[in-house]
Amino acid sequence: MTKLALPIVQLHRSERHLAHALRAIAARHHSDQDICHLARDLAGWCDEHVELLARHGRRYHVRLPAGPRRIHARRWIQEKLSDAMKTRPEPALLLLADLRRVHRIAAGVSLDWELLAQGAQATKDDDLLALTQRCHPQSLRQMRWANAMLKELSPQALAV
Amino acid sequence: MARTDRISDPWGSRTPYAAGEPWPQRVDRYLTPGLTDDDVDRWVQSAAVLHSNGDGLDIAVKDGRIVGVRGRAGDRVNHGRLDPKDLFGWQANHARDRLHTPLIRQNGVLVESDWDTAMDRIVARSRQLLDERGPNSIGFYTSGQLFLEEYYTQCVIAHGAIGTNHVDGNTRLCTATAAEALKESFGCDGQPGSYTDVDHADVIALYGHNVVETQTVLWMRMLDRLAGPNPPAIVCIDPRPTPVARHATVHLAPLPGTNVALMNGLLHEILDHDWMDHDYIEAHTVGFHELRKRVAEFPPERVADICGVDPDDVRRAGELIGTAERLLSTVLQGFYQSHQATAAAVQVNNIHLVRGMLGRPGCGLLQMNGQPTAENTRECGADGDLAGFRNWANDSHIEELATLWNLDVTAIPHYAPPTHAMQMFRYAEEGSLRMLWVSATNPAVSLPELGRIRRILSQDRLFLVVQDMFLTETAQLADVVLPAAAWAEKTGTFTNADRTVHISDKAVDPPGQARSDFDIFLDYARRMDFRDRDGRPLPAWNTPDEAFEAWKRCSAGRPCDYTGLSYEKLRGSGGIQWPCNAEHPDGVERLYAGGEFFAAPDYCEAYGKDLITGAPLEPTEYRAMNPFGKAIIKAAEYVPPHERPSAEYPYVLITGRTVYHFHTRTKTGRTPQLQAAAPEVWVELARADALRAGIVEGDLVEIRTVRGCVTAAARLTDLRRGVVFLPFHYGYWDTGDDGGKGGHHRAANELTLTDWDPVSKQPIFKTAAASVRRIGAGMAATPEPVAHAVADEHLGEGRS
Repeated sequence: MTKLALPIVQLHRSERHLAHALRAIAARHHSDQDICHLARDLAGWCDEHVELLARHGRRYHVRLPAGPRRIHARRWIQEKLSDAMKTRPEPALLLLADLRRVHRIAAGVSLDWELLAQGAQATKDDDLLALTQRCHPQSLRQMRWANAMLKELSPQALAV
Repeated sequence: MARTDRISDPWGSRTPYAAGEPWPQRVDRYLTPGLTDDDVDRWVQSAAVLHSNGDGLDIAVKDGRIVGVRGRAGDRVNHGRLDPKDLFGWQANHARDRLHTPLIRQNGVLVESDWDTAMDRIVARSRQLLDERGPNSIGFYTSGQLFLEEYYTQCVIAHGAIGTNHVDGNTRLCTATAAEALKESFGCDGQPGSYTDVDHADVIALYGHNVVETQTVLWMRMLDRLAGPNPPAIVCIDPRPTPVARHATVHLAPLPGTNVALMNGLLHEILDHDWMDHDYIEAHTVGFHELRKRVAEFPPERVADICGVDPDDVRRAGELIGTAERLLSTVLQGFYQSHQATAAAVQVNNIHLVRGMLGRPGCGLLQMNGQPTAENTRECGADGDLAGFRNWANDSHIEELATLWNLDVTAIPHYAPPTHAMQMFRYAEEGSLRMLWVSATNPAVSLPELGRIRRILSQDRLFLVVQDMFLTETAQLADVVLPAAAWAEKTGTFTNADRTVHISDKAVDPPGQARSDFDIFLDYARRMDFRDRDGRPLPAWNTPDEAFEAWKRCSAGRPCDYTGLSYEKLRGSGGIQWPCNAEHPDGVERLYAGGEFFAAPDYCEAYGKDLITGAPLEPTEYRAMNPFGKAIIKAAEYVPPHERPSAEYPYVLITGRTVYHFHTRTKTGRTPQLQAAAPEVWVELARADALRAGIVEGDLVEIRTVRGCVTAAARLTDLRRGVVFLPFHYGYWDTGDDGGKGGHHRAANELTLTDWDPVSKQPIFKTAAASVRRIGAGMAATPEPVAHAVADEHLGEGRS
């Protein structure tokens, strides 16, 4: 096992974490339909990354699960709760906090890809480098999405 | 002179012509039976308002009443022809149930009132909300059917005087993706092509554009080319067997929601065979490399798999488009109201960019719209944009507006993009938006998931103002209803989908106390006592022509430059295209000739967005990507639709239009000939699906989604299997009681889902999962269209 196994394991964990956070925000804000739909789409990107990392991990002799974390029954309850709260203004503030959290986690994932890309270049692992070039831009886009939604939704949530 | 039944034959007789020849004239007219030209007191110039085509027409007036219409032979758009909706639709102005007085809600019911009482209520509530909750507790939901002067006035009141960020139009449902796709590719809104490209094209590709029913006169132009020597080849992309499909050389009927995959497949063919203009790409675009990488993932076999089409048809369509010498592309709701709307529409732009086909005769790109004045909503900033195609993220553009309106820069909200309609309704749902002013549109029938929309609009805490000609389904829920003057009862200008500006003069007086939308907005501003920085009244104008002059100053130097136009110049003209200024006194037929775009970082309207997430690019990112203002080629990955068919809901529901109706039928449903032609909702099913479900033509069928159900008579067609089509026009104002048949089971939007394109924010009306069930036998016969719906057609002598 080379040293590169470590950032792969770390990234695998953080991508699954991000997928989880995105699916959680989708459930908690089920009544904000664009957040809900898009967060699920973006979680799909994490799933792809997780699968690719698991496949690549084998070359470094690490066994990683290829799928996302199991879906909690809690999500169903969160969706129902969001639907019940849809005529109240409070969830808008909660949404800002949740988007902030997604942004933070995505930023961490992005850094992890950065590290892995550096390692791949230094060890001349071209396949691994190609993987980072394919996946890293999507992490940045996930982060920018959270940032953009924060910017768009915060004036109403904070001032009205 | 021929007399044609324009209900059974909406397109009338043919006047064939060849490529490059002028389109012959044919003057269509309809006068009240028994009257002739000799009886008409005067003809008043106007243009058509029941679609986006902008056909020039004259209104016949006798004894202070409208008695008919006649196409304007010299108009550049229609050469005299008229859509059946316009031939007959003016009769709605005379409908007996026009609103004559303002209404206010008292003890839960709407009662007749007067202007002072109604306006004072609105003013009192506005002041209270501004004091207690601030400007963003007030929102405006306007239309694609007012006049330019009205939108600009509304924009100044909302964005400037009140300072709310919540202004949008129902154009969000019809044209938002057209505008957004143009911004993404060219840095700015503005229709590149011209209708005259039909006269020159050798291939016409229609993407989700049922031109036959939405823009009948443009289709007449295409039919006349098809009937002439060297006709163009037609490529049709539509899941329905429309007349366009029947005339098509290649018809692709993709599974709804897969347009991006299909477009990537067509681009794959073009790139793979090197049907490209490399010099053009190199000199005038950025981003090609990204496209090359992306479309490589979409060979015809994979596309066929995703879209459910024949891979050879993808190849044939790709070859026709790729080898065309003069390619005309048109795009409409099949793309705009579907999943990944902007991403798909942008790929059509990409085809023209990689082929270098812009700004030349026949090389046209037409990102269409659905409504007559939607273009003005966009230009004037009444639709979630800022006036004059200004960029909300560019401080110097906001300073220009502040100077024009004589306000502080901070008075104009620009901390985030102007709020789109779907988000405004969400703010109303959660209770942070407390006053909504709806003008000339009917969200209680036209927005998705109507049960939800009705709940939002019925809330006690929401103060709803509705301004309309009729007591629509939305007006019935209002706190104050304001009676508005109709087309022909007021003066103003408007601009069609190919940038042609027309004037529409007042022909008759509005009924009762009804007032023009312009007068209503201005009355509100004066009662609110809005003032500019120097204490002068805001808006600073009092009449439509003063507003037009103010708008000219606002548009000066911007792509939509009106400075060369005036009411006098427009009167008697055959329509003039913007930009029209000192340099181009007769307007400009095609934009982007020579690869010059409006995309320079300091000038552009938008810095663009991520085509999947919708996140806007930062100004610095845009500047780095596109420092020289070239066109931007943007690639997009395919993402499957959010609501896919399941075992319980195995069909894909799409909604759409018929030639006989416009929107929620507020006018066309009150026009005898049009109402008789399509009196009731129907559902279109594929024959094979119907056979399996035991449904025959005319049966009563229930269409259900998780959100509701609609019952309709079945029409069996060669629709793509697995797809169900419902027209969205039918609501509840003419069902006799509120819900009709004891519930809300008539409007297609009971069934559609709340979801929108992340980039253009246009709601998705074309991917809901539905079930279909036979209820019983239908009525004995489908109603026959009314006899004698004849109109006159006078063919010109080959002149144009």
